[in-house]
Amino acid sequence: MLSAFMLSVTVRYFARLRELRGLASEEVAIDQKTTADDLYLTLFPDQGTDRLRVGYAINKSMVPGNTELRAGDEIAFIPPVGGG
Amino acid sequence: MLVAIVEHKIDVKAVRAHVSSSEFGAILLFEGVARDNFEGKPVGRLEYEAYAPMAEAVMREIGEECLERWPGLSLGIVHRTGTVEIGEPSLVIAVGSPHRPECYEANRYILEEIKVRLPVWKKEVYEDGASWKANS
Repeated sequence: MLSAFMLSVTVRYFARLRELRGLASEEVAIDQKTTADDLYLTLFPDQGTDRLRVGYAINKSMVPGNTELRAGDEIAFIPPVGGG
Repeated sequence: MLVAIVEHKIDVKAVRAHVSSSEFGAILLFEGVARDNFEGKPVGRLEYEAYAPMAEAVMREIGEECLERWPGLSLGIVHRTGTVEIGEPSLVIAVGSPHRPECYEANRYILEEIKVRLPVWKKEVYEDGASWKANS
């Protein structure tokens, strides 16, 4: 149950993170003022040493890890890319 | 400008046709192709995954940067997702231009930016497992 003090965001996972999570995307309830870094560490507590290599996209734009999430945001964790 | 993430085989001729014009004296096509080995280890196929809506936005952004530097070009950028068999293209970059020099520069610029910025991931599949491969 979402309390009045929490907000809901969509989280998208790709590549290794999608496999670890066993999901491509989900809705997550978070506290206000939660940053992208906070959310990553909550969802992947064992991947902490790797977090400097994971980037964050909010609503499809890359953002710094200290960016606070807002209600309805779509955040994607971007592991090192391999296109080409 | 044509930018697309596609789930099927890339129609290279169609990408070429998109950038061709009777005013152009040069068309340069780059194909990134699935290779059968990684440092000697046999690779059976590649699996690509994309954050498609963002990837198309990033391709468009890279294309626009390119047109600022080299105005007057025509661009086509297509990346494939899903299974890519050995020898098939995973990426096609087509540049049409009135003259040759900017064709090479623009094509190379797009490729190098894609390698760093495009939210696309590649998994190499071996006989005995698989591994996500990042661009270095």
